[in-house]
Amino acid sequence: MSNPLEDMSKPDVIFCIGTNMTECHPVAATGIKKALAKGAKLIVADPRHIPLAKLADVVLPLRVGSDVALLLGMAHVIAREGLVDEEFLAARTSGGDEFLAHVAKFTPEWAEGISGVPAADIEAAGLLFGRAERGAIYYTLGITEHICGVDNVQSLCNLALMTGNIGREGTGINPMRGQNNIQGAGDCGALPNNYVGFQPVTDPANQAKFAEAYGHEVDLELGMTKVTALEQCGDQIRAMLIDGENTLVTDPDQGHCEHALKSLDHLVVIDIFLTDTAALADVVFPATAYGETDGVCTNTERRVQRLRAAVPPPGEARPDWWIISQMAKRCGFSGFEFESAKDVFNEICSLSPTYAGLNWDRIADGAYIWPVPYDGHPGTPILHQDEFINGRGLFKLIEYRDPAEVVCDEFPVWLTTGRRLQSYHSRTQTGRSSGIDYLLWEESLEVHPDDVADWGLTDGGWCRMTSARGSISIKVKATRQSPRGTVFASFSFSDVPVNVLTGSGYDPITQTAELKVCTVRIEPASVPEPAIST
Amino acid sequence: MSERHIEIDGQSVPYEEGETLLEAAGRTDAEIPTLCYDPRLEPFGGCRLCVVEIEGSHNPVASCARKCEDGMVVRTATDALEQHRKTLVEMVCSENRQVDVDPLSGFASQELAVLADRYDARTQRFVGRRSGQSRVDDDDNPFILRDYDQCISCYRCVRVCAEQEGDYAISVKGRGFDTQITVEFDGKLNESACTFCGQCVATCPTGALADRKALRHVDTPGPIEKTRTICPYCGVGCSVDLLTKGDSLVGVQPAMDGPANKGALCIKGQYAYDFVQHGDRLTTPLLRGDDGELHPASWDEALDVAAAGFLKARDEHGRHSIYAIASGRAPHEAAYTTQRFIRAGFWTNHVDNCSRA
Ligand code: SF4
Ligand code: SF4
Ligand code: FES
Repeated sequence: MSNPLEDMSKPDVIFCIGTNMTECHPVAATGIKKALAKGAKLIVADPRHIPLAKLADVVLPLRVGSDVALLLGMAHVIAREGLVDEEFLAARTSGGDEFLAHVAKFTPEWAEGISGVPAADIEAAGLLFGRAERGAIYYTLGITEHICGVDNVQSLCNLALMTGNIGREGTGINPMRGQNNIQGAGDCGALPNNYVGFQPVTDPANQAKFAEAYGHEVDLELGMTKVTALEQCGDQIRAMLIDGENTLVTDPDQGHCEHALKSLDHLVVIDIFLTDTAALADVVFPATAYGETDGVCTNTERRVQRLRAAVPPPGEARPDWWIISQMAKRCGFSGFEFESAKDVFNEICSLSPTYAGLNWDRIADGAYIWPVPYDGHPGTPILHQDEFINGRGLFKLIEYRDPAEVVCDEFPVWLTTGRRLQSYHSRTQTGRSSGIDYLLWEESLEVHPDDVADWGLTDGGWCRMTSARGSISIKVKATRQSPRGTVFASFSFSDVPVNVLTGSGYDPITQTAELKVCTVRIEPASVPEPAIST
Repeated sequence: MSERHIEIDGQSVPYEEGETLLEAAGRTDAEIPTLCYDPRLEPFGGCRLCVVEIEGSHNPVASCARKCEDGMVVRTATDALEQHRKTLVEMVCSENRQVDVDPLSGFASQELAVLADRYDARTQRFVGRRSGQSRVDDDDNPFILRDYDQCISCYRCVRVCAEQEGDYAISVKGRGFDTQITVEFDGKLNESACTFCGQCVATCPTGALADRKALRHVDTPGPIEKTRTICPYCGVGCSVDLLTKGDSLVGVQPAMDGPANKGALCIKGQYAYDFVQHGDRLTTPLLRGDDGELHPASWDEALDVAAAGFLKARDEHGRHSIYAIASGRAPHEAAYTTQRFIRAGFWTNHVDNCSRA
């Protein structure tokens, strides 16, 4: 996030797109509710009629995967109505003129044709956001899990840049991270393109720095992304370490993924449970869990916080860092003589420019939001205040592209996936917490009541859902949360492996999977049948 | 601008525009008792326990609601005030079935008992009809116990649900003595707008709303210890206090001073913690045997096999045949050592995390 969580109650116009925030980031959503209580206006763009939409002043129920068209339409309105922040454009950005010329052809009527959102509503949303004193944008995976995820994010940046809504309190472009430490995994260099602290591996200066730190020169080329690595299993990739991720259930195209992991010569998995992924491993290591582990995590606002152990781990479970370090030592690698989480974290701080002013003791109260470039620096809750990382904010000229799959005669229905309030990811944790079953005991497919009738389904009955990659059985739930022609399910229950169906494509730049959209066919069924990958 | 001051019990106290007397008094030695007050909520002024005397004003005022004004002279603990408070606490106590509740009930659950001690108020001087209708038996939700026999109508639960959560699930029916805290149509919580965030439980000063999950551990021996950590689910990063008795994890309470959440939590952070001590946890390393199944193994053995497998792949297929996926759930130290294993060990950049899916 470019702005801290406490800013959420400060904007006068809030634009939430592709975020089911009340269910996925409930505590953050309370900030928005507070802003609304103070009179802020809310724009919600989402294919589904999510709870947040009920609080909105303008609702934009766009067809899945048409975000770019919608955002171009809004930018067109802002430009046409003279709501561009000219001063900000001149002082802080480049490419503004070209961008304003670019959006001239993308009228709200054009955007309606693609997104299905009435032009008048796109107009209203553009006017509202364009006139905001402090306009803030919030989004989650609903924006990034598309083949055009980068285009989507860039389109949001354009909107913020043209209205000068960045670098100030109560504004900004704010992705809400889905996992407790996904930000931290990136901070720590678990990326094929960056060392710790987002230092590019392609920069020879960084290479020299890490050659010294790690005792050997590392490739100057980028590593493979996870998506490519999974495709290369059995070919280039022969041995894999997977830490705490139930890849098989949470990744798209489950059939492909299972095949990939099975074709490795050597798979080592570290986890707290024997997940479906761990069950495929040659070696499984038991890790310590929440409440048993000392360590550090970074939240979605870049706040660096301490985790503390309260109870001993079961049996012989050990912290991940210990397991990996032991393995490294037995491989004969040096520099893994860590004795505590503190040792590891302090090495991170010594190598990361964004953590340079931090250490284990200093973060005890979670008072710092990175970058903290030197000792005594107070942290940086609001990014881009005086200048952007590369100097000026760059407008990008984005065109709309269709999703990897578009509804057709064979697969006439849009399927979109997500998370629910009471469960999390593959439910290895929420599913084993008592009481949660009282509220959410099975997965179901959310279908508009009229579609339920039209397709010969029954509310509470079974159906068979088929995509180009496979087919699963799932119970039907009639609800107006789904618009007509679009259905929704979460990927939380492994007995309803929705990710057998997904995986139609990847963003060419980030290789993020298009989990949010795929096309399916739905038929009534009397009994559930096992899932099939085709 | 010159600083503004008020005088509290003879002490001059600077204040910020908009601060209440209670907030300013918090920086002095004065100990003003409260019951309907939760610093995160709008002032309510319902219980009248926090009343103070202001020079020049006839009646005592509720310090949780009254704003500071320059030059005010305030007395917080005169005999008359203390007598009034004692009577109030005695009345409140006598309406309830029990004053003392298990501290596992909730974050604020000891407030009434602490006041009863302070004012020696367990006299039962006013014993009579009890207010409130318990919903302990008919609402069988596994999270929130609704024992309204213990309710003192402070409205903190109603207000936290509305002001903090924006859910408006909790409502009030009746007035005065017959006030009853309830939800829509007098139904069960899971039929209402309730999301089971547990905020009402955390703010209840009497244990009328209580943490049913934690209370399963009332008989677990040992004192309750608290450990501050961060919720393991979404990226908001809410601070929590884990409650333990000995080696058992018995509950979670929100950290009111958590920098990201300031006391707020959702159902996952509040109630989905007992996976930690679930019987399915892995307790030893596992190795795939010749029979194709996974079998328990010693650390020594398993680490050797794991290391050997990577070295073999490297020797046979080159260092670019090794790959690692770091967790977005595990701490920094896990992600950092994972990438270090690849970079310092195999000199490649073949590492990623799970953010792409
Ligand atoms: S249930 Fe608790 S918080 Fe709610 S009004 Fe009664 S005493 Fe107050
Ligand atoms: S308590 Fe809820 S909102 Fe807070 S970090 Fe946990 S899952 Fe996220
Ligand atoms: S605490 Fe002030 S009136 Fe209750």
